[in-house]
Amino acid sequence: MQVAKGLLYSKDHEWVKCEGASIKIGITDFAQDKLGDVVFVEVPSLDDQLIQGEPFTVVESVKAVSEIIAPIDGTIVAVNDRLEDSPELINEDCYGQGWIVSVEPQDEEYVDNLMTDQEYEIYLKEV
Amino acid sequence: MEVKTKIPLLLEQSIKGRTGYTIAELDVPEVPLQELIPPAYLRVEEPRLPEVSELEVVRYFTGLSRRNHGVDVGFYPLGSCTMKYNPRVHEDMAALAGFSQIHPYQPASTVDGALEMMYELDTYLAEISGLAKSTLQPAAGAHGELAGLLIIKAFHKQNGEDQQRTEMIIPDAAHGTNPASAMMAGFSVRTVVSNKRGGVDLAALKSLLGPKTAGLMLTNPNTLGLFDENIIEIADLVHAAGGLLYYDGANANAILGIVRPGDMGFDIVHFNLHKTFSTPHGGGGPGAGPIVVKQELAPFLPYPIIEKGSNGYALVKPVHSIGRMKSFYGNFGVLVRAYAYIRTHGYPGLRAVSENAVLNANYLMHHLKEYFALPYDRLCMHEFVLSGKWQKKVGVSTLDMAKRMLDYGIHAPTIYFPLIVEEAIMVEPTETESKEVLDHFIFLMQRIAQEAIDSAESFKNAPSMTPVGRLDETRAARERVLRFSTQENS
Amino acid sequence: MSYIPNTEEQQLAMVDSIGFRTISELFSDIPKSLLAKPLDLPSPLAESKLVKHMQRLAAKNMGLDQLVCFLGAGAYDHLRPSVIPHLAGRGEFLTAYTPYQAEISQGTLQAIFEFQTLIAELTGMEVANASMYDGATALAEAALLACNVTRRSKVALPENLHPEWTSVVRIYLESQNIETIMLPYDSASGCVQLPEATESWLTELAAVVLQQPNFFGCIEDVDPIASWIKSHQGLLIMAVDPISLGLLKSPGAYGADIVVGDGGVLGNPISYGGPSVGFFAVSGSGLIRRMPGRIVGETADAKGNRGYVLTLQTREQHIRREKATSNICTNQALNALVATIYLSLVGKSGLKQIAYQCLQKTAYLRSVMEKVGFRQRFSAPFFKEVAFTGEVNWQDVQDHMIQQGYLSGLPLNHFYNELSDSVLMAVTEARTKEEIDEFASLLGGYARGSKN
Repeated sequence: MQVAKGLLYSKDHEWVKCEGASIKIGITDFAQDKLGDVVFVEVPSLDDQLIQGEPFTVVESVKAVSEIIAPIDGTIVAVNDRLEDSPELINEDCYGQGWIVSVEPQDEEYVDNLMTDQEYEIYLKEV
Repeated sequence: MEVKTKIPLLLEQSIKGRTGYTIAELDVPEVPLQELIPPAYLRVEEPRLPEVSELEVVRYFTGLSRRNHGVDVGFYPLGSCTMKYNPRVHEDMAALAGFSQIHPYQPASTVDGALEMMYELDTYLAEISGLAKSTLQPAAGAHGELAGLLIIKAFHKQNGEDQQRTEMIIPDAAHGTNPASAMMAGFSVRTVVSNKRGGVDLAALKSLLGPKTAGLMLTNPNTLGLFDENIIEIADLVHAAGGLLYYDGANANAILGIVRPGDMGFDIVHFNLHKTFSTPHGGGGPGAGPIVVKQELAPFLPYPIIEKGSNGYALVKPVHSIGRMKSFYGNFGVLVRAYAYIRTHGYPGLRAVSENAVLNANYLMHHLKEYFALPYDRLCMHEFVLSGKWQKKVGVSTLDMAKRMLDYGIHAPTIYFPLIVEEAIMVEPTETESKEVLDHFIFLMQRIAQEAIDSAESFKNAPSMTPVGRLDETRAARERVLRFSTQENS
Repeated sequence: MSYIPNTEEQQLAMVDSIGFRTISELFSDIPKSLLAKPLDLPSPLAESKLVKHMQRLAAKNMGLDQLVCFLGAGAYDHLRPSVIPHLAGRGEFLTAYTPYQAEISQGTLQAIFEFQTLIAELTGMEVANASMYDGATALAEAALLACNVTRRSKVALPENLHPEWTSVVRIYLESQNIETIMLPYDSASGCVQLPEATESWLTELAAVVLQQPNFFGCIEDVDPIASWIKSHQGLLIMAVDPISLGLLKSPGAYGADIVVGDGGVLGNPISYGGPSVGFFAVSGSGLIRRMPGRIVGETADAKGNRGYVLTLQTREQHIRREKATSNICTNQALNALVATIYLSLVGKSGLKQIAYQCLQKTAYLRSVMEKVGFRQRFSAPFFKEVAFTGEVNWQDVQDHMIQQGYLSGLPLNHFYNELSDSVLMAVTEARTKEEIDEFASLLGGYARGSKN
């Protein structure tokens, strides 16, 4: 299972990537593999609020629905529209073109609740 | 089964100007269309319907039917669905003009036989369930669930408790319709876990019960095919907390004349007439989901219900009726078949149905448990749940095995349900299958278990003997081609 | 009569092979105190006796083989091509269930795909589902869908919607705390009256429902209602008679968002009102994922052979449980198959002709009824149903006409107190000039007789 270097991870298998003022969020290789072929991503709306620990969207495979849990508090500033027509990007490139939203974090402390890539790799061995 | 022959859609076969039915010529004086309907109300673009001959229609649908598996074709051990033989005489009876050609708004005096049949069916269902009064209106089990839950809501409202009692407790093993119906009825769902014997975990139940409890929905035997031995205590606990008990009758084929939901303590029951009383499943319906309630709840039943008075039978509205669940009186044609089924069997026949359904299931379970994991190794009722986890370890999933069964000419059991069993395989043989069929099934299942060990990779190509190979469900969900829409023939 | 194949000897051998002595031992998990006493049911009947019994019950009903039907109000006496029961009755269709194993259910799946296509074509919508219980429950689910998508919680229903459908919609909506607002009908035209623009609830309206033709048989002027609801960002839900769509403008052409209806008229026997089949279609992709019910989609196997599967199942109860779009599971697949066979047989030109004949014959009934002294109750154009007024007791008329072999229309006081002088008559393509002439003349004679 691939874990991208330099990203932060949540226990719910989302990744977080700092890009200046905003941060990108997606699901990890482990999560996409567990879900199987993604057939639909409910692309959230701009300006929606994310509350850490609460679901903000769903990703669906043929026979399963997975809620995506917000890894941080923040406001959506960009969404990946391409997922509407190409949900398979989540399977094919989960750390790249398969990103889901870009968020302006509410504060800088969000990092405290997340894992580094090394910590996440250890976490994966436990689950 | 007709193998490999592709059948183009009728719209792909259409020839402009061809038709499959001739209507007698108009015999009344014709009024110019614009004098009757303003042109702005008329259709401009023609609907694209097939243009084919009667023979083409006959061949088309005959051809399609040969690409289908049904009980008439072969063994269909689809758990929770009770795929038993559908007696053909009942089809003839439902087609009698006195049943199939009556209008729902005819005066009662001209449909006395229909009302008598419905009234009698009502009393039979009451007797079989150990409850008092039914409505025949719900069109299917899930529709009955919704009606029953709305009665529970109305009951609490009458007691001034509807704002407080908002929670419906549902086991983790329940049919998906239970939580979905609870949601539609406006309840929130609390899930109660199962215990090690596959029944409701009493400690968990106790922790969920309280002043917010509206009721408990339960299937007994449950979706694992197991009878919950604690049912008396469960019912007492729910009642003591002020809740009502709803019986999901999907598994009633196990209990006819053996044990009655009303005696177990249930307040409301639905029956799936298409399952228990053998009306044909029709490729997914029509079914019928009458509910029966105890006397105290009868005033809340959806209207109309059938009453017998001094002037014969009448359709009436109960005093506190929750309202109407569908048009007219339910799936009447289905009711005729179920009525005929009960008259054919009587008490001894119905009891024999359940005894043999349970015997057949236990027979299969006993002879299969050596080859497949059996998560709950105890007596089952009319169905049982195996796990494909041993095979999964060698790379053969339950889905793979299900597809292989299709190659052997049998319908696969229900798979991946209930959700609490890993790689679940839910088998319901029904009482209308012979020992020879069951033995053949055991033989095939053993063979499949052996194949999983010997040649796991071969399963990936299954099925290969069917009209089409394994279909790509991911592609269907991603591309969403939900209708025929190329522009030819337009 | 028994359909259990195993002999008693076999049963005992099976019991023995699994380590028990009697069948009753298999029920030992059931507490003894619960075991049932013998059920009080009538004795079993052999097939020959069952047939006699059922024939006797059926003979107590007067079917439309004995009565010439002018009764409609949601259930109609349309022609039914003979081929239909032969095809729909084939065991491979009849004794299958929901097509979970697609590879051995291609017959059912392809037929449903055809059904979805034909309903979408007729209604002018983008996509239709595999069927609902009936028109009324389809409409209720449409209203729920509209509330779900718009996130609003009020739905406007016209008073001239079939009153039974109104009841069904209300029970579905009220259980989820959605308010229904009744729109009155214009007592002269019979059509829906729009509310004052000042009503405060207009901005909270998820949808307006329009029945076309409405319960009184009148053809509604849809355009003003469509632009009215769009101006308030609500959805237009239309409940339509599919036969009428051979002639009348499609809901899609009016800009409807959701279209439902009852497909019982498409080749299904009238059968005391059921089983029928509801259909459900939506205009665009935004609504598809929130649709209730099963949907069939096209796909292929590994070799590229075209095939069909149940798709978008994550909407449904068996996966989504309490978050599903509906609780519906079993639907009316066989009735949808019948509708598909019907539409295939009559085809493009046949449906148009049937609709045209319904209209012309209804117009003819009006002309002969007016000649014998009855008046058309509403001024709006009609399709296959029309209301009349007259100084008679319409219930007595119905009882009287039954003696003459005619099933007269529905007395409207059945549902509307203010219309106690009116009756709703339906005329389908199945009626002949001779029947219409005699019916009107008998009615005229009765009315003259009751005046004297």
